[in-house]
Amino acid sequence: MIDKFNIGRRALLGGAAGAAAFGLAGGAQAQKPLVVGFIYVGPRDDYGYNQAHAEAAAVLKKMAGVKVVEEEKVPETVAVEKSMESMINMDGATLLFPTSFGYFDPHMLRMAAKYPKIQFRHCGGLWNQAKNPMNTGSYFGYIDEAQYLAGIVAGMTTKSGKLGFVAAKPIPQVLRNINAFTMGARSVNPKATTQVIFTGDWSLPVKEAEATNSMIAQGVDVVTCHVDSPKVVIETAERAGIFTSGYHTNQAKLAPKGYLTGAEWNWERIYVDFVETMKKGGVPGNFVRGGLKEGYVRTSPFGPAVSEAAKAKVDEVKSGILNGSFAIYKGPLKDNKGNTVIDGGTAYTQTEPKLEGMNYLVEGVLGATS
Amino acid sequence: MDGSDIGLWGVPLAMLAGAIRVSTPFIFVSLGECLTERSGRINLGLEGTLMMGAMSAYGTALLSGSPWLGVLVAAFVGLLLGALHAGLCQLPKVNDIATGIGLMLFGTGLAFFLGKPYIQPKAPNLGALDLGGWSSIPQVQQALQVNPLFIVGILLAFALAWALKNTRWGLIVRLAGESVDAALAIGASVGRVRLLATAVGGAFAGIGGAFLSLYYPGSWNEGLSSGQGLMAVALVIFARWDPIRCLWASLLFGAAGAISPALQSVGVTQGYYLFSAAPYVLTLALMIATCSPARSLRGAPGELGAVK
Repeated sequence: MIDKFNIGRRALLGGAAGAAAFGLAGGAQAQKPLVVGFIYVGPRDDYGYNQAHAEAAAVLKKMAGVKVVEEEKVPETVAVEKSMESMINMDGATLLFPTSFGYFDPHMLRMAAKYPKIQFRHCGGLWNQAKNPMNTGSYFGYIDEAQYLAGIVAGMTTKSGKLGFVAAKPIPQVLRNINAFTMGARSVNPKATTQVIFTGDWSLPVKEAEATNSMIAQGVDVVTCHVDSPKVVIETAERAGIFTSGYHTNQAKLAPKGYLTGAEWNWERIYVDFVETMKKGGVPGNFVRGGLKEGYVRTSPFGPAVSEAAKAKVDEVKSGILNGSFAIYKGPLKDNKGNTVIDGGTAYTQTEPKLEGMNYLVEGVLGATS
Repeated sequence: MDGSDIGLWGVPLAMLAGAIRVSTPFIFVSLGECLTERSGRINLGLEGTLMMGAMSAYGTALLSGSPWLGVLVAAFVGLLLGALHAGLCQLPKVNDIATGIGLMLFGTGLAFFLGKPYIQPKAPNLGALDLGGWSSIPQVQQALQVNPLFIVGILLAFALAWALKNTRWGLIVRLAGESVDAALAIGASVGRVRLLATAVGGAFAGIGGAFLSLYYPGSWNEGLSSGQGLMAVALVIFARWDPIRCLWASLLFGAAGAISPALQSVGVTQGYYLFSAAPYVLTLALMIATCSPARSLRGAPGELGAVK
């Protein structure tokens, strides 16, 4: 009885695969479009991480010969494998972007082994040539460069000298942002400090609002964040009449008075590049990293409260970053416990692997990683 | 003036402020659940009602421009969901706990589905009353920005406690919860009493949701509730089905939620994950403290959980 059922199911699956193959063959006779699949962990209009990707996906949709399929709110579980399989088998996707951190291992790697002809590129993943298949890869932007510039603006705008940072979890990417923001601020305002509050998870609106309010109570007058959706933090700060610096995308609309600038992703640069490579018959890069110079990140247009002096300073440092003469992480650099983390005379370029494993907060940050 | 440095005093103050800001949804949901349970029915679906209330309030405020209209609509949506729960439970051989879980999933799912277009736009806020004008300390002023719904919640707790104790209507609700036979003996329709109590309880929860989306944190998204509706239901049990105790318990929970950010903001950074878990630890601790295998819970309505 069980056997019978198994055969039945297998036959059914075979039939479905046959039908899918037929569908693909039928499509191939017409000019076959390149189907690109995007998977997001949250809603794609969250004013945050997912929206940054979705905005770039929208750019791809306008390209000729490209079809974009998207799925939102896919949890970082086996569910994402099902989403990927359905995009491959049902929609004929040949390039997949599972954008959330937890999709990479084991879900995307498992799918990559099962579908060796499909290209998988993951955002932020720790791709390793020795361990991971060549049809996978990862891309990421050095958004801490934009955070450094935002820090300069914050440091020159603050009156109390107290900056606030609402962060989700103490992982290297978050710590880099906190540190870069703080170093940017202290480069122009050596007395400035950054109060950091970890909420514990990527999306906890009530806790984010509480964190923002308790920092305001401590006299913080510029706040920024690294959570999935900065909307709550920015709106809470705007209501309290303090300044804000955005993250992920442009939140100026949420805080017309207090929005200074922000660190934004510019994923379309990467996606358009990947898609064009695929259309020419090539394979996108396996380990793609870039910052302001490559155009993978940018800062939001300045808000009304930003002084001319701050704008000029940002432009000066930015041109230094663009031409490679300016390094954010250079010694001597101390962490906030007084230990030297980068020796004098050493300057790290952004690609330095040590930076991707950052586990300290620099001098001037009030807070701890554990 | 640099009176902004009040050091460690910031922690109790932040907890007070947190209690005022965070507790309102707990107050409304627990009062709603309290009323429902006193009539002899459990509604576990209030988490779903909270989300539906939050979503419908935000949507209404956005489209009409009036946040208070949003609160009304949220109450109405809550009323309908409560009535739906009550109506389903009225059917023979229906378990109210299973129905409640079903409605919780239904409510959150429906709220996510219908709320899709409201994630990004910015709806008007309910605003707050400044009750801290007498103080020159900015932190106190900030802490005492009180939303009118918080005050309504407090008044409601006292009104509900008084009504349950002193009015005929309250007597009938209690009777329906304690003993169906006694209620029938005085000629009250148990079904109708429970229908009304559950529907009104749902309306309270809807208002709690409106507070979340329209005041604090004041925007609609899918992580908005993070289980507050469920916690409020648990809260009723250790408040022993007493509206006044529900109020204190809600304030305690609000304060507990504020501990972690408040401590971090004054520089106590050790173990913030533990402090973040404070409300949940508190739930567990209070549950253990109030439960005993030797006796049944004092104050528990007699008909509660009885399967027909």
